[in-house]
Amino acid sequence: MSAANETVSAGQARTARYFIYAALIVLALVYLLPLYVMLTTSLKSLDEIRGGDMLALPKDPSIAAWVKAWGEACIGVSCVGIKGYFWNSIKMVVPAVIISTLLGALNGYVLTKWRFPGHKIVFGMMLFACFIPFQAVLIPMARLLGLMGLSNSTTGLVMVHVIYGLGFTTLFFRNYYEAFPDELIKAAMIDGAGFFRIFWRILLPTSGPIIVVTIIYQFTNIWNDFLFGVSFSGGASSPMTVALNNLVSSSTGVKEYNVDMAAAIFAALPTLFVYIVAGRYFVRGLMAGAVKG
Amino acid sequence: MTTIEPVPALTPEGTPQRQGRTFADGLRNALPKIVLAPSFAVILVFVYGFILWTVYLSFTTSRILPVYKWGGFDAYYRLWSQPNWYVAMQNLAIFGILYIGICIALGLFIAILMDQRIRAEGVLRPIFLYPMALSFVVTGTAWKWFLNPGLGLEHTMHNLGWTSFKFDWLVNPNMAIYTVVIAGVWQASGFVMAMFLAGLRGIDGEIVKAAQIDGASNIAIYRRIIIPLLRPIFLSAFIVLAHMAIKSYDLVIALTGGGPGNATELPSTFMYSYTFNRNQMNVGSASAVMMLMGITAIIVPYLYSELRERKQ
Repeated sequence: MSAANETVSAGQARTARYFIYAALIVLALVYLLPLYVMLTTSLKSLDEIRGGDMLALPKDPSIAAWVKAWGEACIGVSCVGIKGYFWNSIKMVVPAVIISTLLGALNGYVLTKWRFPGHKIVFGMMLFACFIPFQAVLIPMARLLGLMGLSNSTTGLVMVHVIYGLGFTTLFFRNYYEAFPDELIKAAMIDGAGFFRIFWRILLPTSGPIIVVTIIYQFTNIWNDFLFGVSFSGGASSPMTVALNNLVSSSTGVKEYNVDMAAAIFAALPTLFVYIVAGRYFVRGLMAGAVKG
Repeated sequence: MTTIEPVPALTPEGTPQRQGRTFADGLRNALPKIVLAPSFAVILVFVYGFILWTVYLSFTTSRILPVYKWGGFDAYYRLWSQPNWYVAMQNLAIFGILYIGICIALGLFIAILMDQRIRAEGVLRPIFLYPMALSFVVTGTAWKWFLNPGLGLEHTMHNLGWTSFKFDWLVNPNMAIYTVVIAGVWQASGFVMAMFLAGLRGIDGEIVKAAQIDGASNIAIYRRIIIPLLRPIFLSAFIVLAHMAIKSYDLVIALTGGGPGNATELPSTFMYSYTFNRNQMNVGSASAVMMLMGITAIIVPYLYSELRERKQ
C-alpha cells in the first residue's frame, strides 16, 4: 500500500484509505456494541428496558441494578447477591495462581538448566496435558474430591486449578529459560552456587516479564473457568462464573435484565481490568499458549 | 532454538562418582529431579491416570455412580445409537467449520487493514482483543440479551423503522447454533487478528518492495506473496481454534443452555448431561473418550512437529 504505484493515482489511493478507515471504524463499533449494551442496560430501569430501545442511552442512569446484583439478587434460593461468589473466586484464584506459577518456574528451570535423560518426554507429556478436554478427567476428579471430602470446597477447586494449570506454567517458564545463557549458570556453579541459590539469585531476578505473563494467563483462565466450577462446587461455594450463569438462567420471577447485566459486568471486571492495565502481557501469554514460544 | 548442552562434568549424571560418594552428594545430584518429581507425578496421576480411569469407565455398566463391572463396548453402542449424539456431532461440525473459518477470514482481514500504517492502531487493537479477556459465561450472557427476540436486536430494528425485520435465531431450533457461532467469533477473532498482525510484521519488507518494483498490484502482492508466507500462522490459528471449538462448553450453556430442545447440543454438553444429569455415566465417559480422541488427532502431530522444529 506504500510506494505510490504509477497505475494507482493519488485520488484512488485516498479513496482506498477512506475505505480502510471506514471499515475499521465500523468493525470496532460492532466489537464494542455488546459491551455498550451491557453497560447501558445495567444502568436502566426495568420499565425503560421493556419500553425503550436497547441501543438508547439510559434516560435516568441509576446504579440500583448494580447494588441489587452485588447484594440482593437471588441465586437459587438465597437472595444475598453475588458478592459471596465474587469472594469465592478471589479465594480460589489467588492461591491457585501463586502455587501454579511457582511450580511452573521451578519446573521450567529444571527442564532447561538441569537436563536429565528423558527430559523431552517429561516436557512433552506435561505439554499435552494443557490441551486435553477436561471432560476426560471430570468423573475421576469428582470421585476423588468426594473421597477426600473436598467436594464443594474452595480448597478442592484450588487443587484442581493448580494441577491442570501446571502444563501451561511449565511451558511458559521453560521457553523463557531456554533462552537464558547457560554460561552464566556454569560460572555460578564453578563459584559453588547450588541449585536453589542459582534459581533465586540468577534466574528469578531476570524472570519479571514471564512471571507477569504467567500470572495474567493463569488469573484470566482460572477466573473465567466454568466447567470445573460447575462440576466440583455447588450452592454457596460456587465461583463467580457459576453464580452468574445460575442468576441469568433462573426462570423464577420477573426477569431483571438490568441486574443480569450488572452481575455480568462484575464477573468481567477483574479480567477486563487486568487486560486494560497489562494488555501487552496478556496478548503475549495467549500467543505463548498457542505454543509459539 | 538451539540449547547449549551443559558441560558434562557439571550435569548431575556426569558428576564424578568414584571418590566416596556421600549421601549429601547424592542428594545434591538428585535435587533437580526431586523438585520436578511432584509436578510430574501429579500430571501422571491426574491427567494420564484419570484418562485411563475414564476410558475404563466407558467399558463398564456405570450409571449414577462409577461401578467396575465390565460392560464391553455396550456404552459405545449406546452412544452411537443416540440421536442426541448425532445432533451433537453435527452441531460441532457446523460450529467448528464456521467458527474456525470466519475467525480466520475476519482475523486476517482486520489484520491486513491494521497493517496499512493506520494512525489509531493503539486504540483499535485493544477494541478487537478485549472480548478474549472475558469469560465465555459473560459473553454468552451479553449475547443472549443482545439477541433477545423480544427486546434485543429485533426490537431495535423495529424502532428504527424496519418493522418486517425478524431475528429469532436464539429460540429457533434450526438457527440457534448460528448464534453460538456469532458469539464465538466475536470473542476469538480479535485474537486471531493479533496472531496474523504479528505474522505480517515479521515479513521481510524487501520481498514486498521487490514485487512492487516489478509492478505487482497490492492485491497480487497479498495473494501471491504475503498470504502464502503466513502459512505457519494459519496452522497455529487452526489448531488453537479447533481445540477451543471441541472444548466449547460454557458459551453454549450461557447462551442457549443447549436448547431450544437439544438444538445446540455439543459433545461437551452431551458428556456433562449424560454423566451428571441423566445417570448414564458409562455413555458420558464414552463421549469424553471420543472428544479426547478428536483433540489428540489434532494436537499430537502439531506438538510433535513444533518440538522437533525447535531442535534445529
